[in-house]
Amino acid sequence: MHPILKIIAQRLALSTLLLLAASALIFAGTEILPGDVAQSILGQSATEQSLANLREELGLNEPAISRYFSWLGNALQGDLGIALTNGQQISESVGSRLKNTLFLAGWAAIISVPLAIFLGLLAVRYRDRWPDKLISAVTLTSISIPEFLIGYLLMYFIAVKLGWFSSVALINDNMSLLEKLNAIALPVMVLVLVVLAHMMRMTRAAILNVMQSAYIETAELKGLSGFNVIAKHAFPNAVAPIVNVVMLNLAYLVVGVVVVEVVFVYPGMGQYLVDHVSKRDVPVVQACGLIFAAVYIGLNMIADIVSILANPRLRHPK
Amino acid sequence: MTEPLLKVRNLKIGATVYPPDEKPHDIEIVHGVSFDLEPGKVLGLIGESGAGKSTIGLASMAYGRGGVMITGGEVWVNGRDILATSLSDIRSLRGGEVTYVSQSAAASFNPAKKIMEQVIEAAVSQGKLSKRDAEAKAVELFTKLGLPSPETIGNRYPHQVSGGQLQRCMTALALCPEPDLVVFDEPTTALDVTTQIDVLAAIKDAIRDTGVAALYITHDLAVVAQVSDDIMVLRQGETVEYGDTDQIINKPQEDYTKALVSVRSINHEEKQPSPSPVLSCQNITARYRGTNFDVLHNVSVDLHPGQTLAIVGESGSGKSTLARVITGLLPPSDGQIDFAGRKLTPDLAGRSIEDLRELQMIYQMADVAMNPRQTVGTIIGRPLEFYFGLRGAEKRKRINELLDEIEMGNGFIDRYPAELSGGQKQRVCIARSLAANPKVIICDEVTSALDPLVADGILKLLLDLQKREDVAYLFITHDLATVRAIADSIAVMHQGKVVRYGSKSEVLSPPFDDYTDLLLSSVPEMRLGWLEEVIANRKMESAGN
Repeated sequence: MHPILKIIAQRLALSTLLLLAASALIFAGTEILPGDVAQSILGQSATEQSLANLREELGLNEPAISRYFSWLGNALQGDLGIALTNGQQISESVGSRLKNTLFLAGWAAIISVPLAIFLGLLAVRYRDRWPDKLISAVTLTSISIPEFLIGYLLMYFIAVKLGWFSSVALINDNMSLLEKLNAIALPVMVLVLVVLAHMMRMTRAAILNVMQSAYIETAELKGLSGFNVIAKHAFPNAVAPIVNVVMLNLAYLVVGVVVVEVVFVYPGMGQYLVDHVSKRDVPVVQACGLIFAAVYIGLNMIADIVSILANPRLRHPK
Repeated sequence: MTEPLLKVRNLKIGATVYPPDEKPHDIEIVHGVSFDLEPGKVLGLIGESGAGKSTIGLASMAYGRGGVMITGGEVWVNGRDILATSLSDIRSLRGGEVTYVSQSAAASFNPAKKIMEQVIEAAVSQGKLSKRDAEAKAVELFTKLGLPSPETIGNRYPHQVSGGQLQRCMTALALCPEPDLVVFDEPTTALDVTTQIDVLAAIKDAIRDTGVAALYITHDLAVVAQVSDDIMVLRQGETVEYGDTDQIINKPQEDYTKALVSVRSINHEEKQPSPSPVLSCQNITARYRGTNFDVLHNVSVDLHPGQTLAIVGESGSGKSTLARVITGLLPPSDGQIDFAGRKLTPDLAGRSIEDLRELQMIYQMADVAMNPRQTVGTIIGRPLEFYFGLRGAEKRKRINELLDEIEMGNGFIDRYPAELSGGQKQRVCIARSLAANPKVIICDEVTSALDPLVADGILKLLLDLQKREDVAYLFITHDLATVRAIADSIAVMHQGKVVRYGSKSEVLSPPFDDYTDLLLSSVPEMRLGWLEEVIANRKMESAGN
């Protein structure tokens, strides 16, 4: 077997194990909260008898271990349980929410990743000169301002003053792609500004590290132009650290958009989670936790695998 | 008279230095060097590190490494002053008219790209050749340079070929755009001696066949004598002597050149072995953890008190592994080590303080073997405290004695390693190992990173110290000239086995086994025509077989 397949198989197995551990943590975390699901449904004024009946009905008297495995088994088959607050199948409502979140995160990624890498390359090309300093200053400023503040600032100046985009990012399935894009323009902008700096700084640092190598001198002595040296010779050797930080930011785009979704009233996972946390809807919180964990672990696993594939020594053994 | 291809006039080069505790300032590192190079000729630039030879070589491509800048003079290539031309002109010069072969091809090839892509890049991006023509040209060069499977070697990645092969690929890279001038910057220095000779012959043939001119930069006069028409001897950025190769080698005028020509002429009489060795390795077999092959096979050698045993071999022969086994860093899978009449525990953790004290080590890279934030006094004083409990004035007195022993004087006690030269750093490392008052010092390639004259000084110091302190050396090296200068007995290692072992006179006298013969005949000799002789002999031998 090619040694690289073995390494990749190891990563896959490790990620599965990690996801299993995360699911156990999520379950245990919701388990140790005071009160249980029956209490939440019936409220503080419920009688002992009605609580006992409901517990019996929901299977809450089973030991925690067997409830964990039946929850996990159902989740693996796509059944995330029933929301307490409205009695709907969680998988159905999460499905459309997740689609929306991925739509928003996807567009933010499509813009921010190439832009960050390009700005990183540019910063290296003009290292310590004004373009580098300008790029660093702007991206660092944007990452330093809290995202809700950027959100409100953009809303005020672009949506209210200029009237370009809608300040509320409501979308539904009947809208065309263009209408949807118009609706999410502002939240995408905020997300891009938030994740840009991190990726751009990492690209810059990783490439600068490679720029010390002797093969960069070789490339310069071939008479290649400055940008060609960076893009063709330095970048391929800096892929691994860059991919890692890109994936961390992609994960953040999916998992960390809660604030931005709330600010723009966007019907995504984040808002769904916040709504149900405030209503103590434990099954929904568990389901969202599981999905977020899967996204995080999955993206980081991809980053790992890409870094391995980017190493010619592993890809082409002697 | 033909117009020179490369005309350098009064070249001055400066650099910014950042000394510790001082403000950065500019210094001049090349002080007005002039020379001519005619088409198709080879000029050897020779000197120690810091002589400015690489800097001058790169200046012929209008390139300054790091903070180096050309501050004055003229560099004419093909009739135009490249220091006064535009950036786009310089780009077509680099990789087009003038190309570069570096010391370490392993570092100079991009690990993420295939060899072929890199070899043809300059020719294609300069618009000199189409991709298809450049590839055909590259295959032709691979063949000429004697690379195996020249049709397909370009499809490999740099890590998939050996060091010697990669160095030839680098030469192909430089010759592919059909340049007028190639700058060879120590192209064989990083290679094993038996590989060096083949690469040297390949480079020499390629220069002759393509009619390209070359600047050949090296610190090894014996090597440059084989390839160049003229030689310029440089020292600290100034020309010491400039003449044709025959004159420089056979009739040097300047004292410095004479010293370079006669370097490695230490005469060392071998001593007779004593009845009981101080260190005895018996049937050592060892492998690294997680691997399934032995790096050492059944190695047995003895080191006698107050003598030097040289372990000679090329990279990968297992000589440094033997040092790791003796020091206990790598417990052997089989075999036993006796030291000063007692059996040594295989693992470092089981050894007593006495064992540690009496067996010291000196390394190849003195730079990284010292803590850069400690003063010379602290570095040498540490073993005095640790092994002998010396403190205060007593310790300081002993440090001064040790500094005297290494001929450095007590002015150095408060200096930091960064303020010392390469040779001085190695001397401090020697003093540190002497401070433990050891019976045996393992010297692992201690002179390999040093210039020949400095290395000579270190070897003389080691011999002096041996006489005075009666310490034994296990001297690991790939350099046979060093072995001749210092050894009492020699073990030649090849692929983890000792192939020849005995007193120096026995090992270095015929009849030889095949490997020792190859090794000895590959050491460059300081005379003209040596390379041709060796290559012709080898061809005859292989024809005879």
